[in-house]
Amino acid sequence: MNLVIVDYKAGNVQSVQFALERLGVQATLSSDFETIKAADKVIFPGVGQAASAMAQLKARNLDKLLPTLEQPFFGVCLGMQLLCQHSEEGDTELLNIIPLTVKHFETELKVPHMGWNQLEQLNSPLFNGVPEKDFVYYVHSYYVPLSDYTIAQTSYPEPFSAALQYKNFYAAQFHPEKSGAAGSQILKNFLAL
Amino acid sequence: MLTKRIIPCLDIKDGRTVKGVQFENIRDAGDPVELAKWYAEQGADELVFLDITATNEGRKTFAQLVRDIARHIDIPFTVGGGIGSVADVEVLLQNGADKVSINSSAIKTPQLVEELARHFGSQCVTVAIDTKYTEATGWKVYTRAGTVETEHQTVDWAKQVVDLGAGEILLTSMNNDGTKAGFALDITGKVANAVTVPVIASGGAGSMEHFANAFLQANADAALAASLFHFRELGVAELKQYLKQQGIAVRI
Repeated sequence: MNLVIVDYKAGNVQSVQFALERLGVQATLSSDFETIKAADKVIFPGVGQAASAMAQLKARNLDKLLPTLEQPFFGVCLGMQLLCQHSEEGDTELLNIIPLTVKHFETELKVPHMGWNQLEQLNSPLFNGVPEKDFVYYVHSYYVPLSDYTIAQTSYPEPFSAALQYKNFYAAQFHPEKSGAAGSQILKNFLAL
Repeated sequence: MLTKRIIPCLDIKDGRTVKGVQFENIRDAGDPVELAKWYAEQGADELVFLDITATNEGRKTFAQLVRDIARHIDIPFTVGGGIGSVADVEVLLQNGADKVSINSSAIKTPQLVEELARHFGSQCVTVAIDTKYTEATGWKVYTRAGTVETEHQTVDWAKQVVDLGAGEILLTSMNNDGTKAGFALDITGKVANAVTVPVIASGGAGSMEHFANAFLQANADAALAASLFHFRELGVAELKQYLKQQGIAVRI
């Protein structure tokens, strides 16, 4: 399988690549338009700040390319948020693939939402073999509310979108590459889509 | 529900774990990767690796080690020790660390916290605070491995670094560290309630009850220990079972 991890200097690409290696899969890191377009599957990691990540994507013209992709695509953490329309983080216009808004946690609880929390209402082949209420690792201060595209949810304290799907675009707010056995299973499931 | 985190801390010198770790079922307990894998299997929620190497050569070894750890373990880890610049952090994150912990360099140059948060996001910036109580001074912040008293009061400093962009506080009480008499509940509680980011309690863990107290009484989000776990006085799995029985949310 020709698997490409989008490398745009705003991602935890190394961790994702290692997680795939542990599954016996070699992935190519690339920011090249043709390489990404030719991939069987694409993984789109991301950490850091929305506006600077968008700037990195624009600098590589990836803001134009990514929405046109048709193969299975997996956005992780900030890589999920970037697929949406708009983020409250720096009032940033995003890739606008999924018509949703990214909001800041307004809660008495600690922000960032950091640590292991539970997946609920699992509703996608992405979660085959992952039990309800299994734990995955989160670290984020912004979230996507529940929507028609939500395929799993987590509560902090209100339920939010743990994962999304729109057409070929899958996305997870948590870090499957850092989520132990559950995370490995989810990556495996994506590779099997 | 978000769970409380249990975090074993490993001291690293020249790429090897320090302290006489005694494990029968680990081939090489001095090998940080072997030990890290073992802790992950036991249910540790995160790991912290502290580089206590003083030489440049050692630092390169550490960066290589970070890469090896990232390659082999599937839980998050934080690395710290001697980090003084954006460039230092970039190397560690690129090699697969999830978070970095800075201590003395934050005291020396508070703007570094801001710079790191801007470059890499607050979520990967942990500020470690060494605190010590005396009757005369209250809880003051210490620097340079706890050898030098600073002008900062602990709660004020914690709030300041959070305002600068720290995403997490690792609070070590020097009074408690090594005593096995329990975490410093008083100052941990004060810091945890004063800041909006998660706080890791550190220093003094000697029993399972101490962890429960840190979570229930001091409102800590995570608790860290080193020798207690390394010398197998307490197992991570056993500890988490106990905490669950106490009604504390943990990942099992």
